[in-house]
Amino acid sequence: MKKRDIILIIVVLALALAGFGLVSLSKKNGDQLQITVDGKVYGVYELDENQTIEIGSTNICQIKDGKATMIWAECRDQICVHHKPIDSLGGSIVCLPNRVFLSVLDDGKEREIDTVVS
Amino acid sequence: MDRKIAYLGLFSGAAILLGYVESLIPIFAAVPGMKLGLANLAILLVLYQYGLREAVAVQVVRILVIGFLFGNLFSIVFSMAGGMLSLLVMWILKRTGGFSLIGVSVAGGLAHNIGQICMAALVVENFQIFYYLPILMVSGVITGVLIGILSGEIRKRI
Repeated sequence: MKKRDIILIIVVLALALAGFGLVSLSKKNGDQLQITVDGKVYGVYELDENQTIEIGSTNICQIKDGKATMIWAECRDQICVHHKPIDSLGGSIVCLPNRVFLSVLDDGKEREIDTVVS
Repeated sequence: MDRKIAYLGLFSGAAILLGYVESLIPIFAAVPGMKLGLANLAILLVLYQYGLREAVAVQVVRILVIGFLFGNLFSIVFSMAGGMLSLLVMWILKRTGGFSLIGVSVAGGLAHNIGQICMAALVVENFQIFYYLPILMVSGVITGVLIGILSGEIRKRI
């Protein structure tokens, strides 16, 4: 291993760490689930209502306790089904074979203020 | 010449087989796109033993065969994006002469992940997929180092 290899590895790991930081900083709980199929919006659903959504004939998504999961997919790899439930803003589940994309959104409503500290 | 063609065929076969072996290992499917990159072992060796043209040929054959056998048109497009970007980056780093096999392999693995993520972002037309990038970078470094060490050892013996 040469010196430059080590520098390359350290730089990449530092970038990845910065990326993790950015991702976790921007983490906020969202309120809506947007389903996109083939780049077009299929529907937007409230995360606080428990429901099961059929997406075309290829996928079934379930919203339970404010979290969304893919419970069934008609494809061989089943990556989206094994994906952990999503609830935070920007969280997403992708089913590439069927080009289905679940993502958590903010509903844009003003949040009520809990307390004001002065 | 004939000898070279025979060897390139052998390398292509090895690359295809390694790709298949890799698909049998389920641990790395936790995050989409995370994988060992075993096939890169064969590509790396061809790049060092022969050159860019030969490595491109083996890479294209590998992606087409694996794609038609186990995937679909989409998986071919993804693999092409990742595979070609990775090969280009590895070739450039190899030409600078400042990196060993390990550095070249790490950069190749990263380029592969980045190429695939960009392609995936284009296909689903959503850029939040880039959330996967940090974890893929870490896994890319680890597998890249392993593949680099392995190909260095193999290269000493062929």
